[in-house]
Amino acid sequence: MHEMGIVLHIAKTLNETAEEEKITKIGSVTLQVGEVSGIITDLFVDCWNYFKVRNEILKDSELKLETLPAVTFCGDCEKTYPTVKYGRECPYCGSYETWLLTGNECIIKEIEAETL
Amino acid sequence: MEKRYDIVEIKENVLADNDRVAGKIREELRRSNTCFINLMASPGAGKTSLLIKTIEALKDKYSIGVMEADADGDVDAKTISALGVRTLQIHTGGLCHMDADMTFRGLKELGFEDLDLIFLENVGNLVCPAEFDVGAALQVMILSVPEGDDKPLKYPLMFKVSDCMIVNKIDAEAVFDFDYEACVERARALNPEIRPFRLSALKGENVDEWIRYLDGFIREWRK
Repeated sequence: MHEMGIVLHIAKTLNETAEEEKITKIGSVTLQVGEVSGIITDLFVDCWNYFKVRNEILKDSELKLETLPAVTFCGDCEKTYPTVKYGRECPYCGSYETWLLTGNECIIKEIEAETL
Repeated sequence: MEKRYDIVEIKENVLADNDRVAGKIREELRRSNTCFINLMASPGAGKTSLLIKTIEALKDKYSIGVMEADADGDVDAKTISALGVRTLQIHTGGLCHMDADMTFRGLKELGFEDLDLIFLENVGNLVCPAEFDVGAALQVMILSVPEGDDKPLKYPLMFKVSDCMIVNKIDAEAVFDFDYEACVERARALNPEIRPFRLSALKGENVDEWIRYLDGFIREWRK
């Protein structure tokens, strides 16, 4: 259950940003979550909703989630393929010499904010 | 009146603040020449038992501190402090892992400047502790025989981020269907650099091999 921990990290970053940018209220938070980031979005949304009402700046904010597709690169045939469908084994040449290009991110993309 | 919002671009990884604090921990510990080891495993894999054996072997050589992180209770801290090393019990308040900030606060509370070696016994969990860098010099994970040799397939991140994989409770191999070679192969597929050990913290079998490696690592790191 590391979702709550991640919510706390996001809140910390946003509260720091709010202080720097003189933000009084955050209207929405857009997060980019990779398909294989290990974040369970349902659980994450629950944690977010539990937390946000307890935080002055975030309490009326809307959470927007964007999924980033997971893509794996094959070192042998140098092709890329969707990770979730095929896993570690390259569907083109059967190699296991593969590594993840994108898909494990969790990025705070942007926020909509009301300033002083 | 309609509220007016401006868009503020952040484009920051959610754990960027954690990684900044982890970097700060590394700087501070480098300065005090304190080698910091993060010990991770499932509950019951033998973190405390191995820690006891390790401390007994190294406590005359290094000044040692231990941070015990648990959701609640202080049983481990009591056991460890009975060995005569400085011990701090950290309660994560139900949280499943230690993050860099909690670790830094723990290190300050424990006092690290005069210590040569500090162990963090992370919360018993194979998932979450792997996600959070705590600024350790060495990441050690324990997998016990009863848990099964398929764990690298199920919890890949833990094996990716660990420098050492200690297969513990080998004295129980006879009653469990555990394939050590297959387990090592699976771990290496995720992390070719991972260093496997095969031991029994309870019976002491092969523990000396682990101690020799760790002692060498600490000496090299503190040079």
